[in-house]
Amino acid sequence: MALLQLSEPGQSKAPHQHRLAAGIDLGTTNSLVASVRSGRAETLPDERGRHLLPSVVRYTDAGIIVGHDARSAAVSDPLNTIVSVKRMLGHSIDEVQSLGSLMRYRFTRQETSVPRIQTVQGERSPVEVSAEILRVLAQRAEETLGGPLEGAVITVPAYFDDAQRQATKDAARLAGIRVLRLLNEPTAAAVAYGLDAGSDGVHAIYDLGGGTFDISILRLNRGVFEVLSTGGDSALGGDDFDRELARWIMQQAGISDDVDHSMQRRLMRDACAAKEALTQSEKASLEIELADGGQWQGEMSRQQFNELIEPLVRKTLVTCRRALRDAGLTAEEIADVVLVGGSTRVPLVRELVSGFFNTPALAEIDPDRVVAIGAALQADVLVGNKPDDEMLLLDVNPLSLGIETMGGLVEKIIPRNTTIPVARAQEFTTFKDGQTAMAVHVLQGERELVSDCRSLARFELRGIPPMVAGAARIRVTFSVDADGLLNVEAREESTGVNASVEIKPSYGLTDEEIGTMLRDSMENAREDLAARQLREQQVEAQRVIEALSAALAYDGDELLDARERAGIDTALSRLVEIARLDDPQKIKSQVEALEKQCEFYVERRMNRSVRNAMQGHSVGEFE
Amino acid sequence: MLDFSKNYFELFGLPVGYIIDKVQLAERYRELQRVVHPDRFANASEQEKRLSMQGSIRINEAYHTLKDPIERARYMLSLNGIEMEARQETTRDSAFLMEQLELREELEASRAKPEPYAAIADLRTNINRRISSMVGQMAVQFETPTPEQLEAAREILRKMQFLQKLRQDAESLEAELDEAL
Repeated sequence: MALLQLSEPGQSKAPHQHRLAAGIDLGTTNSLVASVRSGRAETLPDERGRHLLPSVVRYTDAGIIVGHDARSAAVSDPLNTIVSVKRMLGHSIDEVQSLGSLMRYRFTRQETSVPRIQTVQGERSPVEVSAEILRVLAQRAEETLGGPLEGAVITVPAYFDDAQRQATKDAARLAGIRVLRLLNEPTAAAVAYGLDAGSDGVHAIYDLGGGTFDISILRLNRGVFEVLSTGGDSALGGDDFDRELARWIMQQAGISDDVDHSMQRRLMRDACAAKEALTQSEKASLEIELADGGQWQGEMSRQQFNELIEPLVRKTLVTCRRALRDAGLTAEEIADVVLVGGSTRVPLVRELVSGFFNTPALAEIDPDRVVAIGAALQADVLVGNKPDDEMLLLDVNPLSLGIETMGGLVEKIIPRNTTIPVARAQEFTTFKDGQTAMAVHVLQGERELVSDCRSLARFELRGIPPMVAGAARIRVTFSVDADGLLNVEAREESTGVNASVEIKPSYGLTDEEIGTMLRDSMENAREDLAARQLREQQVEAQRVIEALSAALAYDGDELLDARERAGIDTALSRLVEIARLDDPQKIKSQVEALEKQCEFYVERRMNRSVRNAMQGHSVGEFE
Repeated sequence: MLDFSKNYFELFGLPVGYIIDKVQLAERYRELQRVVHPDRFANASEQEKRLSMQGSIRINEAYHTLKDPIERARYMLSLNGIEMEARQETTRDSAFLMEQLELREELEASRAKPEPYAAIADLRTNINRRISSMVGQMAVQFETPTPEQLEAAREILRKMQFLQKLRQDAESLEAELDEAL
């Protein structure tokens, strides 16, 4: 419970214990973990001093390898070595295969649309592959910080849709990480900068990573980061520069399109190296080993490279213009533009972006690390280490959310760039007598036609009380939470009956599938599921006990009468007892029982804090 | 938690009125979110999270409504017992409708212009200017609202909705052009 966080400044608090939390940047090419230590947020290196963990997972007969060693095997063992898995998260197998040469794995076709990659260790979904990366990072954090993590903030591209966000959260769940929040990458970068500079005003964050592009326009006002608009492309990044370059090499060297996996990987690797060389020098020399054992030598100038990638960079500027439009601003009103992501090292990107915003681009914080650092700062606040911190992030949903209506059209329910959390309701009725079920198709996107938007989920409303056609009034509430995830609730208004909502995600995993994967991953890690459940419940119980005790000590006497207090005390001490035992189910139900018991107390506290926030302004009007 | 019987103005501690101090509104908004936003309860019980989410949603909705002159007018009419179903009602002012037709043609024509974005931007500026001038007229109606004045406000709102729809269509056209690039 976060009851503690409601205490007023200047009041004494219960002795404060530093809680361990981390920020994780799960990137397309590289991933990082950062944490706040002695008041400073910093990325954490591995035992060999390396901060970046290549987002590469290799499955071998002997086990799973993640990071540098996996990356070195990308060429020799391409089918078992999964790179750029982030591009597959939340996508269907058809979408993944449309990415073409970049994703040449062996896939298994199944009923579900989630791609499954065949490896020597069996089939793996992108969610499981991502979980391996997260697991390594969480472990690194725990070893460095010297204890179990209470939770982590995981960053996602702002332009990630619901399916991609859900997939990221599922990956964290598989890795045994409690997700404090999914945080948008540009917002994380803004936090890293904003707290350093402390500068109020409107900022643009341009984030071009390995496989994703984001632009966010946000206003910083005394610790509140209010995202005004966001836009992007969740399949555009430095990988695409490499691909253009590789294609150019193939043309020049006369390499045919149907080369094998290993040659593909080698080409991509060489292209990437040339790209990196061209950020520093005007020319890069190329030596390509050909399949027949021969060699091709060539040279590329920065000018040639610029010409290849310019259309891609221009594409990002179109998105920037739209984001400005959505924010109702012009480029002149932007104080500065912050560059994030490794691909912003490309000189042409810097040049065109600062030209577009007509302001020099900021890149003082390492563009590779800035997102993880921002995430760590947010994690520190969320976990409760800074109860008086003024920082607050108000983010938006990146894509419009709508439902299918007659004639294959989409009716928007929640437009893009609406501040989250948000809920909007829509009323439906039945069109047949006695109709008890109804299907709803939820879509994400800006276009008018269903076929031009992305299907999120189909669900059925069941248990509608039978009535004559048109008499039922079914109110369906769509809500997007602070993680940007969609929830749906339905209710028949005239009878007050809740209709059950069964969501079938279009591109996601079902709860059952996750359950199976969870068990499998435990077996892999030789971890005991029961032991983990027990530990999780005990940690949860401890959290509840500490927070509630602190709250009671602070204002229990003021807000509760003796009888209410006694009831809560009894339930609390019962939880203290049960938490010592080893029955996770019992602990869980007692936590729930205690929470129920405290409901009115929590409400009173929250009401008081709202009242306090508004006091001094308008006491007369407010009461 | 948040008293849901309070209207949006009361929620922000502001007097009920069509003319609103935007700076003050934004300040109150931030102050309220600071105490109820789910980020304040990331480490909290499920029940607190739920409460905080409901509260935060309510504050976002209130802010969104009060900030926008069209939504604010619609809301104030509803406080006065007049529910305007969005886009169901249209004005009968034929001069206005004629103008709308012309604006619409202008929007369609901008697609084929050499600088379509600039043409759409001009049109948007034009639309925004028209909406702004109606804001002034609207404010007068809500000063001491008699039934006649509320009816007048309703008529202005119908027109504003027209312009709002046109503005949305201009945005859709821009999005369409973006995607064609």
